[in-house]
Parts: sequence; structure tokens; C-alpha cells
Amino acid sequence: MKKNLLTTGFVAAVAAAGVLASVAYAADGLTVVSWGGAYQEAQRKTIFEPFNAKTGSAIKEEEYNGEVAKIKAMVESGTVSWDIISVDTATALQGCDDGVLETLDYSKILDKAKVLPGAALDCAIGSDVYATVFAYDTAKLPNGPASIKDLFDLEKFPGKRALQKNPFVNLEWSLIADGVDPAQVYDVLGTPEGVDRAFKKLDTIKSQVVWWEAGAQPPQLLADGEVVMTSAWNGRIANAIKEGKTFKIVWDGQAPDLDMWAIPKGTPNLDKSYEFLAFASSAEVQSALAPHIPYGPTNLDAVALVDPELAKSLPTHPDNLKAAIPLNPQFWGDNGEELRARFNTWLAQ
Amino acid sequence: MSVSAISDDRSTLKSRLRRAERVQRLRAIGLVLPLFLFILVVFVTPIIILMTRAVDNPEIADSLPLTSAALANWDREDVPGEDVFAAFAVDLVAAQKNKATGLIGKRLNYEMPGTRSKVLQAGRAAEKMTAAPYKDAFLKLDPLWGKIETWKVLERASHRNTTFYLLKAVDLQWSANDEIVNVAPDQALFRDVFVRTLGISTLVTFATLLLGFPLAYMLATLPPKHSNILMILVLLPFWTSLLVRTTAWVVLLQTEGPINDLLLFLGLTDERLQLIFSRFGTIVAMTHIQLPFTLLPIYSVMRTISPNYVRAARSLGAGPFHAFWTIYFPQTMPGIAAGCLLTFILSLGYYITPALVGGPTDQMISYFVALYTNKELNWGQASALGAILLMATLVLYAVYNRLVGIDKMKLG
Repeated sequence: MKKNLLTTGFVAAVAAAGVLASVAYAADGLTVVSWGGAYQEAQRKTIFEPFNAKTGSAIKEEEYNGEVAKIKAMVESGTVSWDIISVDTATALQGCDDGVLETLDYSKILDKAKVLPGAALDCAIGSDVYATVFAYDTAKLPNGPASIKDLFDLEKFPGKRALQKNPFVNLEWSLIADGVDPAQVYDVLGTPEGVDRAFKKLDTIKSQVVWWEAGAQPPQLLADGEVVMTSAWNGRIANAIKEGKTFKIVWDGQAPDLDMWAIPKGTPNLDKSYEFLAFASSAEVQSALAPHIPYGPTNLDAVALVDPELAKSLPTHPDNLKAAIPLNPQFWGDNGEELRARFNTWLAQ
Repeated sequence: MSVSAISDDRSTLKSRLRRAERVQRLRAIGLVLPLFLFILVVFVTPIIILMTRAVDNPEIADSLPLTSAALANWDREDVPGEDVFAAFAVDLVAAQKNKATGLIGKRLNYEMPGTRSKVLQAGRAAEKMTAAPYKDAFLKLDPLWGKIETWKVLERASHRNTTFYLLKAVDLQWSANDEIVNVAPDQALFRDVFVRTLGISTLVTFATLLLGFPLAYMLATLPPKHSNILMILVLLPFWTSLLVRTTAWVVLLQTEGPINDLLLFLGLTDERLQLIFSRFGTIVAMTHIQLPFTLLPIYSVMRTISPNYVRAARSLGAGPFHAFWTIYFPQTMPGIAAGCLLTFILSLGYYITPALVGGPTDQMISYFVALYTNKELNWGQASALGAILLMATLVLYAVYNRLVGIDKMKLG
């Protein structure tokens, strides 16, 4: 009996300590959720740690792969434990429509005129410009692929390819490989026939595709020789090259997009979250990111602060933008849900 | 001593005995109660909630209350009249305020792909509509609102309970003529996945039985000195986390991994095989993880079988195989039955292993439950899939009970 009492007391004490600890955390810390891997490391060095040094607020980091559903569940159940999330543009728009993201008060962040056009949305502010590109290992393929058509050409380049487990970019690339001009991609994809056409083209390589979900996977799959080429976020490949890998980025058909900061609706730390957004959007903090991972800034003043040599490796460099897919987050905000549903069905069939 | 005194005594004795028994019973119940409550709270209640979630359908009824009420008197013969459209406009304005149009669009999108953006557009337009006729305004806005199918779907979705998710979980849907029909081939998925789940589980069960039976026999018949060492080899992986073992298989099965290297080195293959992200890899990894679950019940039953029976059969002239098959094997049946059932039912729920080692066409039903729960946030669909799997498992269990008899099983 005595032992039982002890056990119960101990359990209660641990539980109480846990509750107290989480309360204490909520009181003076911010929980920031980002995409993990090399990207989050770069953010840690250039945003999280300096913010902590400047304000004394601890930053608790979490990682995710863009599971919007989790945010929705938190907001709907009124238990928001994430204060700041990194989202792509389509998610920012969709989350705004669904009412799960705070509508931002820009007077607490910065002047909208100082931001790249399209990077100051109602519910999210651009943190950097990244691109989905594809890459291969020059050590294994000396005469490697040079265009999106090559990515879909199993005869010229036999072997597995890794693609993101997501219709975004894959459907656009399918159409480009099928002969659609990058500038017209969304006009075609906006029609049911266009969607069918994209899936039909994807069908031609389906048997040779390995699907990745986390941003750290593509460089890993490429290094392991599991695939001959892979789609990836450009910074992940650039960092692998920095570590001595013999990878090469193909900029043809690159799909530039924005990483954005957003605040889930109902966070108990709203003021502190705004403080974080203001800090993260400032020119000097933004321009510090590129040396760590080649993603371009969204603050126009920061663009001038980036080293011109470094700028060549950014998705926003004119040379790299030549054959880019025009950014159209509205399309994905409107159609993302049903295209994802169809994609998941297609994948499992 | 009078008679009454004796009977008095007896009655007090009786009542005291009863009281003592009651105390005993209460104490027994008190001991069982925590476990009973625990099972009720963490097992029975969630299952009941899951079952109700599969038919729960609050979105349209909550977000479009006036429209739902107006549609209740609709004859389903023709596009609804002005009263319904007026109610729809008022509801949409309110939904715009609460940011509920996204939710309405999402719900209708399940049944009519492509409507999400049109609901959002209608919501924005409704805010600008000031006076009747609302019907004409909506018809002008988008042809969708002039189709009778749209309103049939809306009316069906406006009830608080729906069969939609359960039907969809077996690739069925309501047609425009209000009949239950198969979904379009490009959307048909779940029947295949259920069949796949059962198929993979059956294969894994057989594989573990084939590997586990001889091994269990060896363990049960060797002298303890050797069998203990072998037992540890069986149990060590059993005590290692499932995730760790799955990841180990990821490393082993890689195209550039050790198994492929070995096959090439031995000259058994002349090119690297696709072992990972394949059905083969999934079966191998699952078999490895499930082996102890099948083996241990068989082993514990074999331990109790006396060798004298087989010896007697041999002395009466039976051949070694005949003696094994007619005398020894039937006695191991309770263990086989228990081990196989355990492995089969556990395999039905596998998620992590196929997700990491399998390809997209090797995913089992749990993967889709997780997908709809975490990524799509379509909990109705996730619950419906779970409910169907639970039903299928219970039916299989009943069949199994008929064939084998659960009372004949022994876990040791």
C-alpha cells in the first residue's frame, strides 16, 4: 500500500512537473516549425539564435513536411502549440481561406512596399525564395540530363528518379515534358483535359519513380545511388555540393516559390510572434541566410546586400530564371486539395 | 434455549455470511474495476467514437443552416427555386464572416471535385448581392449552381449523418439518379487496398509459419544449453524497436546495399535488384518482425508435447514422416492457430514498415487512415476506413473461430 502511494505520488509529481514545464515554456518561449535539415540549420544560425540573443526569448524548434492538417486540427480544437510556421505560398493562401492563419497586421512587421511583389500576403510574409529543381550526380552521369524532357526520358537516361510525393511541380513538369510551354502550363493544367494529360505523362515514368517526402531525402537518395536523378529544393543540393558531393543542379523548368512565415490563429504568444516576424523580415537578417543556404531574400533592401557571386546560385538570378515555371500560387491554393486527392489515388493504383 | 432464539441466531448468521460475501465481492470488483475502467476509456470509447465519426456529417448543416432547412422541402425534380437560393445567399454571407466557405468547399469537393474554388467565389459574390432575384445571380455566376446534381449533392450533404464516407471506403457513391454505383475507375482505390492488406497479411503469416515451425521444433527438442542460446537469438530482435528493425532493412535492401553487393559478388545476379520500395522488401521486413509472434506460441505448445507418443507410433511401425504427421503435428495445432491469428491480425494494421520499405503500390490500409487523418484532415474518411477494417477483421475472426475454434488455441 505504502509503495502504491509512493508510486501514485511520483506519477502525480512527474505529471505536474510536465504541466508546469510546458506552461513555463509557453510563457517565455516561441515554438517555430520549419522544414528540417540544412534549411532549418541555416535558419537556426541566422534567425533563431540571433533572435534569442537579442530578445532573450527561447525558441523551441519543431520540424514538419508541410502537414497543414496538423495546424487545422490545432486551431479547431483551440490548443495551438505552434506559434510560427514556415509554409509555401499555396498553403499560405489556402490557410487564409480556411481561416486557420492569423491575418497579419503589417504595421507590426514592416512596410509592405519594401517586400518583393507577391511576398506580402494577408496571412503570411515571404521569408525567402527557394526553387524546386532537379539534380544528378556527375560522377555517375558525365553527360547528364539537361532538361525536363530528359527527366522523363527513360531510354536516354535509364534508372530510378526520385520525385516529391506531391502533385505540385510534378504535374507542371509532366506537361513541359509533353511539349507545353512553361508560360502556358497553368492554362493547360486548369482544364480537366490538361490534368489528364499530365497524369498520363507521369504514368510513363511511374514504374521508375521513388517518392520522397522530407527535404533531406533527395541528396541522400542520390548519394546512395538509389536514384540517377532527383527533384529537390535547390538549397539542399547546393549544401550537398558544399560538403563535397559531385551533384549538379539543372535549372531548366525550375519552379521558384516562396517560403513564408505565418502565425496559426489563436496562438497565445501573438505579440512575441509579431516581434519574431519583424526580426526575421528585416534586411540584414534576410541577407544573412544566402551564405548558409542559397535561397534569395524577399526584403528588397536585402537583395542589394547579397554578394553578387553568391547571387548566381540563387533561384532569382536572371540566368537561372530563363526557363522557369511562372509562380502561380493562386492556382494551387484553389486546386491543391483536389489535385492532391487525385494524385494520392493515382499513386496507390 | 427457545426455537426462536435458534432461528434468530441462524438469521443473523446468514445475514452476517451474506455481508461477508458482499464485502468479498465488492473487494473483488474493486480490484478489477481499474482495469475495467481503463479498457472502457482507452479502448471501447475510442472505437465507438470512431464508428460515429464515420457517419458524422456536420459541415453543411452547421455552415449552411438556412439552405439545409429550405432544401428539406425540395422535391429533387428540378433546380430549386428562389427560396433556396435566397437562403443560400444569406448563409454564404454569414459563412464569409466566419471563414467557413473553405470548409463548405472542402466538404463538397469530396463529392464533386473542382467545386472548392467555386464555393469560395460564390461566397465572395454573395457579399455583393443586395436584393432578389438571387437565383438568377447565382446562375449567372457559374453554371454549377444551375445543375440539379449540385443541389442533390448539397441536399444529401446537409443531413447530419451520411453514408458517403462508408460507401467511398469501398469505392461506391450515390449517382445523380440516387442509386449506389461504383466510383469512376480513376478514383477506385480502396477495394484494391483492402485486398492488398489481406493478401500481404496472409503471405506474411504463411512465411512466418514456414520459418517458425521448424525453428520452434528445434528449440523445443534441443537440450536447454543450446536452445537457450538460440532462444536469445530469437528474442533479441523481438526486444528491438520496430522502427529500428525497419530502418535496418532499409539499409540492407538498398540498391547499393549489402544484400545486392553479396548477390553480385557470388555471381547469383548480373545486375542490381530492386529490393527496396518493393512488395518483396515489404514482405521480408514484415516477416522478420512478425516471426517471434508466430514462433513463441508454437514453441510453448511443443514444449508440453511428450516425445513418448511419437516413440510409441514408431514402435508400432509408423515411418518417421507418418508418425510426425499423424501424431505430433495435430498436437501442435493449438499453437499454430494462436500464432497465425496473432500475426495475421497484427499484420493487418502495419503502417511504418510498408511506408518505409514499400513502394506506393505496397501501402496498406493503415497508410490511408494516417493520410486522411494527418495530411488531408478528412477524419470522416479515416474513420470509415478504420470501421471497415474492424468489421472485416471481426468477420475473419468469426470464420476462423468456426474453422479452428478459439477455445482450442493455446498461447502457452
